[in-house]
Amino acid sequence: MSVLAPRAETSRRRTAPRAATSRTLISQAQLNRPGSKLAYRIVLTLVVVVFTLAFIGPLYFLFTDGLKSTQEAGQVPPTFFPVHIHPSTYVTAWHTLSVGRLMFNTLYYAFGALAFQLIFDVAAAYAFSKLRPVLGNAIFAMMLATLMIPSMVLIVPQYLTVANLPILHVNLIGTPEAIWLPSVANAFNIFLLKRFFDSIPTELMDAAAIDGASPLRALRSIVLPISRPILGVVTIFGFVAVWKDFLWPLLVESGYTPTRETLNVGITGATTTPVNFIIAASAIAAIPTIIFFLIFQRNIMSGLTAGGLKG
Amino acid sequence: MTDTVVTLSKAEGSPGPLERRAARGGRSRRLRRNLSAHGFLIGAVLCFALFSWYPMVREIILSFQQTHLGVTTWAGWQNYSRIFHDPQFWTAWRNTLEFTGLALVFGYAVPFFAAILLNELRHARGYLRTLVYLPVMLPPASALLLFKYFYDPTDGLFNRVLQLLHLPTSQWVQSPGTSVPTTAMIAVVIAATWMNMGAATLIYLAALQNIPGELYEAAELDGAGLFSRIWHVTVPQTRLVLSMLLMLQIVATMQMFVEAFILTGGPGVNNNTLSVVDLIYIYAFSMSGSSNYNSASALGVVLMLVLGAFSGAFLWLGRDRG
Repeated sequence: MSVLAPRAETSRRRTAPRAATSRTLISQAQLNRPGSKLAYRIVLTLVVVVFTLAFIGPLYFLFTDGLKSTQEAGQVPPTFFPVHIHPSTYVTAWHTLSVGRLMFNTLYYAFGALAFQLIFDVAAAYAFSKLRPVLGNAIFAMMLATLMIPSMVLIVPQYLTVANLPILHVNLIGTPEAIWLPSVANAFNIFLLKRFFDSIPTELMDAAAIDGASPLRALRSIVLPISRPILGVVTIFGFVAVWKDFLWPLLVESGYTPTRETLNVGITGATTTPVNFIIAASAIAAIPTIIFFLIFQRNIMSGLTAGGLKG
Repeated sequence: MTDTVVTLSKAEGSPGPLERRAARGGRSRRLRRNLSAHGFLIGAVLCFALFSWYPMVREIILSFQQTHLGVTTWAGWQNYSRIFHDPQFWTAWRNTLEFTGLALVFGYAVPFFAAILLNELRHARGYLRTLVYLPVMLPPASALLLFKYFYDPTDGLFNRVLQLLHLPTSQWVQSPGTSVPTTAMIAVVIAATWMNMGAATLIYLAALQNIPGELYEAAELDGAGLFSRIWHVTVPQTRLVLSMLLMLQIVATMQMFVEAFILTGGPGVNNNTLSVVDLIYIYAFSMSGSSNYNSASALGVVLMLVLGAFSGAFLWLGRDRG
């Protein structure tokens, strides 16, 4: 298990134009034989067709069935292209499910959680890695230990804690802090950041200290600029985590008017609305993540392997 | 370090004033540095304490308590014996294990072979990777509501296609059957696999790219065929990733909640998609009458112990092979 961002950098470069030098299961020579060439063509076409059908197919219906009228959506045989395009379905869905409000809520929770995570987790990882306070390693170990606890298991005591914070006796249910603050307790973030900060040479930090830079100044002027790749990974995963979370926002944000729910919870809760409105709302909910993915595709995919496991 | 210097110099007799000042300055500087370092830690430590460490302790305490008319008393093992006597408890465990098992068949093997296949292709690589990973990025509600719509017994896409081909239709997630494997659970697993397989596929792909080409070269020279190369080179070379993902996937699928919650409403027909986490949710938040946090906590502790024992055993068995 190695989590070093420079690795992510190299793997990205390696995947781009695959050189003929690094061979895989089937050698280039074998592929160049006349019979194999044809077989390869067939397999390639099959894979592209099957994957496109399997992964784009459902998405195609996600977006077009929202454009069909209610009768057409339930027609046998199913129409492949909507015969009559009803963009009004999207408009109605937007209004009846208050998708705009849900989307705003989700973005608000996601950006807030991200800000809290970046400030507190970066500061903590920096302290663990470079400032090394007394008991730092013990605290770090206790944080890592939480990774062993499956997240869904603690849902009840977490809910009760948020409903009545110990000592302070504050009820956070229904406030954005109920999502923001627990998101900071993410040991994986701290682990990733600390591993990256550990790779920053001590000489650099010593030089800064000799020049009279305070720890905060050294963090801002030296550590953060170097750490852009890992900050990118943490940002993307922090954002996606809030966007994909379901049970926690269902518990802490549901049942208010105007709604404080997230997109996930909001569109799931609308059971009485006709189904093509729900599909249209699901499509709208999916659009931001698809755009986000297409923009940050590279970082997301390299972050997946940098943050995950490597043999 | 400074402490030892001070005691040493004391033991030797009267320390010089310069020496003493240096020691004191060092100590206060160190104290100041420690304080500022702890200042950097405080936010994260507070959040961990409130939302991670304290709930862990609290869950165990709650599981041994009971609250009646606002008065909390110790209950011994009563909560545990109550959940063990609840027939739903065993149904939930059976379903969860069924989901985990089916998810292994679909969600573990399929990404591995997909990754092997993708790694051999010289064209359309970026396109195929994007495709596989796209569903992972969707909000789960979008993906699951879409599948719920496809699975609809009367006018869902799947049944309409089956009708068109004159094949028998299915109730999909609403199938009432309870004999394992249930159609309902298979339908849930298919949706879950579609949503999640991209992540595993890309992790395998990265592992496959780290296999040195010479190994395949050598195996080929020794006359190893295609499947022999997969079995003797690819699998052993990716074993670490394969086993880590196996553990992570089992731990993740044992906590299944949202898939069944959206597709079948949670318990489904005849409780045949009721999962353990869903039962925790039902005990704590949606039981008609009184919500019972104590039973839910007891069930949470049981789940934690089971998953902990499983991961512990898994890591222990694989300790010297890593």
